[in-house]
Amino acid sequence: MAERRLTLAAAVDQAVRRHGEETYPHECCGALVGRDGVVSAVVALPNTTEEGPRRRFLVRAADYRLAERRAIELGGELLGFYHSHPDHPARPSQFDLDHAWPTFAYVIVAVTAGAAAGMTVWYLKDDRSSFDEGSLHHGENSHPDTAQTVHG
Amino acid sequence: MAKILIPTPLRPYTDKLDAVEATGATVGELLADLTRKHAGLKAHLYNEQGKLRSFVNVYVNDDDIRYLQKEQTPVQADDTVSIIPSVAGGVEATIDSRVRLPLEGPRDPQPDRDAPALTNEEIKRYSRHLIMPEVGVEGQRKLKASKVLCIGAGGLGSPAAMYLAAAGVGALGIVDFDVVDFSNLQRQILHGTPDVGRTKLASARDRLQSINPNVEIRTYETALSSKNALELFAPYDVILDGTDNFPTRYLVNDACVLLGKPNAYGSIFRFEGQASVFATKDGPCYRCLYPEPPPPGLVPSCAEGGVLGVLPGVIGVIQATETIKLILGVGEPLIGRFMIYDALKMRFRELTLRKDPDCPVCGTHPTVTHLIDYEQFCGVTPAAPEPSAVNSATEITAVELKLRLDRGDALTIVDVREVNEYQINRIAGSLLMPLGDVPKRYPELNPSHEIVVQCKMGVRSAKAADFLRSVGFTRVLNLKGGILDWVDKVDPSQPKY
Repeated sequence: MAERRLTLAAAVDQAVRRHGEETYPHECCGALVGRDGVVSAVVALPNTTEEGPRRRFLVRAADYRLAERRAIELGGELLGFYHSHPDHPARPSQFDLDHAWPTFAYVIVAVTAGAAAGMTVWYLKDDRSSFDEGSLHHGENSHPDTAQTVHG
Repeated sequence: MAKILIPTPLRPYTDKLDAVEATGATVGELLADLTRKHAGLKAHLYNEQGKLRSFVNVYVNDDDIRYLQKEQTPVQADDTVSIIPSVAGGVEATIDSRVRLPLEGPRDPQPDRDAPALTNEEIKRYSRHLIMPEVGVEGQRKLKASKVLCIGAGGLGSPAAMYLAAAGVGALGIVDFDVVDFSNLQRQILHGTPDVGRTKLASARDRLQSINPNVEIRTYETALSSKNALELFAPYDVILDGTDNFPTRYLVNDACVLLGKPNAYGSIFRFEGQASVFATKDGPCYRCLYPEPPPPGLVPSCAEGGVLGVLPGVIGVIQATETIKLILGVGEPLIGRFMIYDALKMRFRELTLRKDPDCPVCGTHPTVTHLIDYEQFCGVTPAAPEPSAVNSATEITAVELKLRLDRGDALTIVDVREVNEYQINRIAGSLLMPLGDVPKRYPELNPSHEIVVQCKMGVRSAKAADFLRSVGFTRVLNLKGGILDWVDKVDPSQPKY
């Protein structure tokens, strides 16, 4: 199967890194909005995990609904989610795998000692056995107002 | 046909449609139909055990089915069912409790937003609950908001109350009017040796508060009765029946049915225990199983028949487990199921119970619509009028007996207890003839002698006396208060049990 591509608008790339740095040492999370493999906007979401936000993130059903709604308002689709791995490499964990949804792009940004480092993108295999790594590209900024934050 | 809304990541499996139709009377049937039509969905909705994955949320209209009847939630043709992902992840599979932090971010908007928040101390205390999806912070807050009433602080009430306090219920009420006795300590683990002589409530309060000071302990030093039951039960969410007698058991059942409160039921005898959940909205009640009490005296109490000390531990903890499940709304409660535990064989059996449409209290045309006189209903006559009224023709007191023995009267004392009781204490010179043997062994007795029959407290010996009179013995006296009175008033050097 051909490697899947995901292109992040410049402002999206910055917004994801900044979000990961802001919440360090906790995990951040948010939704990726766009069309045809190009992420044009992000919706930062509150991390509602109850298991210690340094190691976990959780987007609750209500916030998921909100993200889908916001995606439509922004004229795009929900392409996937991003989250950070504080002081851990940008590779999906077993826990990520256990909780992954098909077709979504999962962008992971490693945040080491408070500074955003590597960023990767992953797609769940159809049989749920593992992730395929996609290729991440950086595009031109599409719109100055691409980063949205949802505060609960 | 109901409409199912499909979230973005699953649309590749539904021909890119964001809404599809499926048939079924319940959510479970609807989803089964959906995965039949769109087979690719199955692996993403269900885990290997065929259960809905924890991060798959299903809503009927705007309600999460976790707070309805889960997959049994009924669906009408015009309902909209939504499959909504929770998106989760993180760096590793193990959870480091040391980094657990107070909650951040908004709470799930679902039902219990009014439940009290947890303090940092509580988050630490309940951490092993919080990391389980079936409890979690949401569930722990439900526990904190809950109120449970334990009827009795004895064998069943002890383990139940201790675990409920430890689990973090908000308020724990206890009804009891007894005093701690040495003979309680073999099983009533709320109470310790230094508590003997204190009220059970005082002892229970100290113990429970030391387990968990966050729990509000409310004590009611009273005998539960038809006059006070409804008022006592009203503020509580679940009633835990730890009683040891039939009148109170029927009273608890009927009060629960009348108030619509679930009854986490348990009972114990010797090596056998029973548990169930009665009086839920659509479930059976104790009277659906036993419409009428057994004849008085047929089923002995633990004081008469004995009980294995660890048995109430098992049953009381089952009652506490069911209580917690009811509060959390998880799992399969013991509703419509009657659990029987045999400690000797170490076996659990389960009987299916159905709600009886003719049940006098919870049936379609109930005849019991208010609390009645349960002592009378169970045929239990109020305790014999106290000492003043000794019937000298049929009864003798311990002191009188001692006087007559000292005087050298020719009396045959027949002890109708069991041999293991006889080994604990006895009246010197008595003849052991267990009640069950009396009908075949009575010819050993000389009808021309005056006979005094005696047991532990005077109940079994009264039956023996009746029997002996029925076969022609004319001079039979029952020792009032049994060996216990004898030890108290005549021979305190002997042990009591």
